[in-house]
Amino acid sequence: MTTISLGFIDWLVIASYFAFVLGIGFYLKRFTTSENDFFLAGRKNSAWVAGLAFLSANLGALELLGMTGNTFKYGMYVAHFYWIGAIPAMLFLGIYMMPFYYSSKIKSIPGYLKLRFDEKTRVLNGIAFAFMTLLVSGINLYAMALVLRTFLGWDWDVSMWVSAITVAIYVSMSGLLSAIFTEIIQFFLIWFGLFLVALLGIGEIGSVSAIMERLPASFNTLWSTSGNAAANGMEVTWPAIVLGLAFVLSFGYWTTDFLVVQRAFSAKDLRSARMTPIIASFFKMAVPFIVILTGLTAIALSKDPGSGFALLKDGGQVNYDSALPLLIARYYPTGLIGLGVTALLAGFMAGQAGNISAFNTVWTYDIYKSVINRNASETHLLYMGRAATLVGVLLSIGTAYWAKSFPSIMDYMQAIFSWVNAPLFATMLLGMFVRWITPNGAFWGLLAGMGSSFFLFLAVKFQWIEAQVFTLSSVASDMSANFWRAWWAWVICFAVTIVISLFTKKKAEEELVGLVKGLTKETLGEHVPFVKKPEFYAILSLVVLVILNVLFW
Amino acid sequence: MSAETPKMKSIWYFVGLMLLVMGGLVLLAGLIELVSPSGRQTVLAEIHPGIWWGAVMVAGGVIFFLKNRK
Repeated sequence: MTTISLGFIDWLVIASYFAFVLGIGFYLKRFTTSENDFFLAGRKNSAWVAGLAFLSANLGALELLGMTGNTFKYGMYVAHFYWIGAIPAMLFLGIYMMPFYYSSKIKSIPGYLKLRFDEKTRVLNGIAFAFMTLLVSGINLYAMALVLRTFLGWDWDVSMWVSAITVAIYVSMSGLLSAIFTEIIQFFLIWFGLFLVALLGIGEIGSVSAIMERLPASFNTLWSTSGNAAANGMEVTWPAIVLGLAFVLSFGYWTTDFLVVQRAFSAKDLRSARMTPIIASFFKMAVPFIVILTGLTAIALSKDPGSGFALLKDGGQVNYDSALPLLIARYYPTGLIGLGVTALLAGFMAGQAGNISAFNTVWTYDIYKSVINRNASETHLLYMGRAATLVGVLLSIGTAYWAKSFPSIMDYMQAIFSWVNAPLFATMLLGMFVRWITPNGAFWGLLAGMGSSFFLFLAVKFQWIEAQVFTLSSVASDMSANFWRAWWAWVICFAVTIVISLFTKKKAEEELVGLVKGLTKETLGEHVPFVKKPEFYAILSLVVLVILNVLFW
Repeated sequence: MSAETPKMKSIWYFVGLMLLVMGGLVLLAGLIELVSPSGRQTVLAEIHPGIWWGAVMVAGGVIFFLKNRK
């Protein structure tokens, strides 16, 4: 394809975004004077600010392009990632887990592992998380440069360095505070910049029903074909969706991934922290009205030879991620093109800023202060956070160049989450709800879960075993294999943690007060009317979730 | 004597400012396209999405900006 050409006003829109994020970074620097300001945004945010940032940290451009492309490839089943594969976990975090996280005043998820278990479990998770964060950040940067070069013809190196340096400047000035501010800017940019694509798609085809009618039967339902893997576009059965995606991968990501949970830690009080993922859940359920609808529109158009719409092909392979940019080029005139490109840029940059702000916290508290310099002062930690931001960005750039020479790394993103997050969820669940789980049980369980997930990945990759051995089905897509691998990693971590805990030394119960259910006095909202409690809004969110699933059954 | 730290502006102020500036630019581009078409063909160009979408953004921006400027 010929690249999309930008007009003068498009460039002005893009330039104004860069001016905004840098200006916000400079403005917020004067309010960032302590480590608490830098790493926790001063713990002053309202539930709405923390909630939108919580969602936006997950709503990167890689996610938007990838999920629109996945919808083209797999159909409506991709909506499971936004509904059953996200909402129950987000609500569980807000209702059951947040009181332990927030009240223990930890600065990171590995920090909870230190309090509940011991230093070695914290360092193991800290190192795994830091490694994963840098890898994801670098892949994100690489993906951005690839998209900008393919669709706009921009120079690879210039795109990467300009965006990475911009992120480095504003995150190093005011840490999590500026990351959260720019994530909220990104949230509005994504809705205003990309929702119009879905609206114009409906406008061109006629209605949502008209789009659905043009789809193959295996692509336009959510559950009705899930009894048989061969009958749906994703080649997945409902047990894989429920156990692998909705339970392990979803709970593993939304309740333990520090990148998103860090936003809730920035809330001004416990109620706001509990409301953070609950507010985010409503907006999460709305995201398919951009990505799924756009992906389905792309399928409908591609089935109509008169539309002139077809996805790009790279070396004979369909480039599914081209669906969203091609629709932007199809519908957007000058001005809106600049807005659409800015929304994608904002998604990439905010995604990178989120990763870097999570990395600098985990590095500073869970690796540097925990292992290298235990007596570091507050001023020194603030300095270390800023230095870690700059080093993190440089390492991301290095990872991006590595990804450029090894592009198939992109396919491993989902696999990386199943190595780190899936077993961690078993550790957290047992740690928060079972008082006799021991530090050694947690450490060896976590190590076994991470190791087994990695081993299963390598075993299939190098054909030591067939994926069907653990997917329990003769038909299984890569996506289905990811779901099942996550499930088995969780089961192994869960079982090993319990078995080793039966034979190793427990922590004294007085050390676990405030960290484990049953040993913590529950005083949440005793005198608050039910309609003001987080539980009420969680029930509302569940009702919406059920309605959506029934509607598209 | 120490200088008093000013009160930090709300994030919604910046959201309003951003919608106002970007919406204004989108609206301006839509109006220019209406008066003097550039020749770049897009589907549904006849409904002038830049004009009404830009206007929606400006309206949203004005509300956020005015409610949070202090």
